[in-house]
Amino acid sequence: MTIVESALYALIGGGALLSLVRLARGPSLLDRVVATDTLLVIIAAGLAVHAALVQDPTLLPVLVVVALLAFVGSVSVARYVGGMLLRSRTGDGRDVGLPVAAEEREASS
Amino acid sequence: MTALADVVAFACLLAGAALCLTAGLGLVRFPDVLSRMHAGTKPQVLGVLLVMVGAAIRLDGWANAWMLLLVAAFQMLTAPVSAHLISRVAYRRRHVRRDLLLVDEFAGTGHQDRVYEGDEPGDAPPENPAVRPGG
Repeated sequence: MTIVESALYALIGGGALLSLVRLARGPSLLDRVVATDTLLVIIAAGLAVHAALVQDPTLLPVLVVVALLAFVGSVSVARYVGGMLLRSRTGDGRDVGLPVAAEEREASS
Repeated sequence: MTALADVVAFACLLAGAALCLTAGLGLVRFPDVLSRMHAGTKPQVLGVLLVMVGAAIRLDGWANAWMLLLVAAFQMLTAPVSAHLISRVAYRRRHVRRDLLLVDEFAGTGHQDRVYEGDEPGDAPPENPAVRPGG
C-alpha cells in the first residue's frame, strides 16, 4: 500500500501547491478568496487522508475546526472586500485592484 | 472482509485526492473568478464526501464516523453560502469576463453596479459615479 499512500500525498500536495500558485498570482482579491477557500478544503482533505492512513482518530477535531475556519474566513473576507473592489479598468475582469485612496484622489484632481 | 473494506476506503481516498488536484489545476488554468470558483468547489463537496467516507471506513468506530459526518454536513451546508456571496460580489463589481459568458440573464436588468441602496459592502457606490459606463 506504500504506492497508494505516496500517490495520495502527491495528489493532495499537488492540489495545495497549485492553489497556492493561484493565491500568489491571482489578479483580484476575489481570486485569492476562492484560492484560500479551496486551499483550506484541500488541507482538511489532507488531514483526513493522513488520519485514515495512520489510523489515528485524534486528528478529527482539527478537521472540524479547519472546516469551520474555511467558511468563516471566506465569507467574512468576501463581505469585507465587497465595498472595496471597484470595476476593472478594462471591463473584462483582468485589471483589478484596490480603489485609489482618498488622499491620492485629492492630490490628482 | 477487512481487505475488501481497505480497498474500498483507498479507492474513495484516491478519488477525493484526485479531485483536490483537479481543483488546483482548474484554479491555475481558468480565466476568471466564476470559472475558478467552479473548479475550486469540486473538492468542497464531492472530494470531501469521498475522503470522509474513506476515512470513516478506515477509522472504525461510531465516534469517528459521527465526527466525519459532522464535517461533511457542515461542508455541504456552508459551501453554497460562501459561493453565493463571492459570486454576487464578483458579478456586481465586474470581475466577470463578460465576453466568455454564454448566457447572461442579468444583462440589462440593472443588477450590475446600478443600485446603490442597502448597507452591505457589496452595495457601495463606485468611486467616481460620473464615469460609470451605461449609467
